[in-house]
Amino acid sequence: MKNLKLVSGYLFSALLLIACSKNDVPGNGEGVYNNPVLSGTYIQEDQMGRPAVNTVFVSSSSKDEFNRTTPDNQGNAFQGMFEANLLALSPAYANGGLNALGMDATTFTTVLATDVLNVSLDGTTTFYDGTNLLTGRALADDVITVELLLIFGGEDFTEYPALSNDHVDENDKPFLTSFPYLASPW
Amino acid sequence: MKNLKQILGIGILAVAGLIFVAADHIDAPAVQGGASDITDFYAFQGENTDNMVFVANLQGLLSPAATSAATFDEHVMIEFNIDNTGDNIEDLVIQAVPRQGKMYVIGPVAPSSPGLSSVLDVNSVNDAVFVDITGYGSEARISTKNNISVFAGPRDDPFFMDFAQYSEIIAGNASGFNNPGSDTFAGTNVMSVVVEVPKALIGGTGTINVWVESKRRQ
Repeated sequence: MKNLKLVSGYLFSALLLIACSKNDVPGNGEGVYNNPVLSGTYIQEDQMGRPAVNTVFVSSSSKDEFNRTTPDNQGNAFQGMFEANLLALSPAYANGGLNALGMDATTFTTVLATDVLNVSLDGTTTFYDGTNLLTGRALADDVITVELLLIFGGEDFTEYPALSNDHVDENDKPFLTSFPYLASPW
Repeated sequence: MKNLKQILGIGILAVAGLIFVAADHIDAPAVQGGASDITDFYAFQGENTDNMVFVANLQGLLSPAATSAATFDEHVMIEFNIDNTGDNIEDLVIQAVPRQGKMYVIGPVAPSSPGLSSVLDVNSVNDAVFVDITGYGSEARISTKNNISVFAGPRDDPFFMDFAQYSEIIAGNASGFNNPGSDTFAGTNVMSVVVEVPKALIGGTGTINVWVESKRRQ
């Protein structure tokens, strides 16, 4: 009887230990009492897909609203505003003008108004490298010149040359080839 | 006179609406200059081409002096959203939450529900990869677990643009850019979160749609 109690006690202790180790010990050797509580409800304040989209195409009074509209609803809510602002900003789309992708103002702003970045899982990732288009965004991509060319450059990138290239073509520090890729701070 | 003021006011507003303060730097009044202000977002193939890298930058235009005092806000979650079914609704999220000098990164995982509100329960932290937030002037601290690597801390702002000249053009003071231009963001820093994950965890092949959000704990 005494033995049985002893065995039960051991068993109970062992179970307790197993239970503890399963539930309480976090990874990377961190102790349970250092484990923070992250739980809670987090509500959206800002969002971004493609570079410069909110800042260029959304009118001042609507910027917060744009940041709090889910991408699946952005097209319906904002395409008209995007088109009006594009036409006000660039003469290249007047009279049915197209950009180098063959898109008129309506088609181009329909793409842009849903502010997500398209990313390929199958190879080169770049905003535009002369060959690949919208397969990601790499650190060295000159996204502003690409966007200026699409806004002002017309059908063959030659319209309004003074407006379609800011002539800043690279970062002020070289990027790293390995994680975390971004250069150390100044 | 009143009418002129009104017209001028409207004119200035209309112009301000078209000025882009860099990629997304200081883009909207509710978040401008705050700890939840996303300045930029990048997604690119890793050095290991089986991996995808996501970068979120916050708090733009930090001078070196300001950078040493810059911190992540413990109430602000950075959430990378991944749609791999083509409907622009997130199927997976990667959530980064700072706490007591560390950045905790959860996912890729299906969100509690898609949309503007994200809920973390008490068990969310159990599978997190966490890393010491790198201090200004220190070597980059990196953690890797389950083939997911994370970094959080100050970095050089990788964005480059002659924003000053763009502003002059929009204001009607210049007719075009200069050649060469001048990088308005040269010498400035941002607070960065970098996460590298195996492509196999976010769809494996094909095209995904991604975006980043900042969300504040209520």
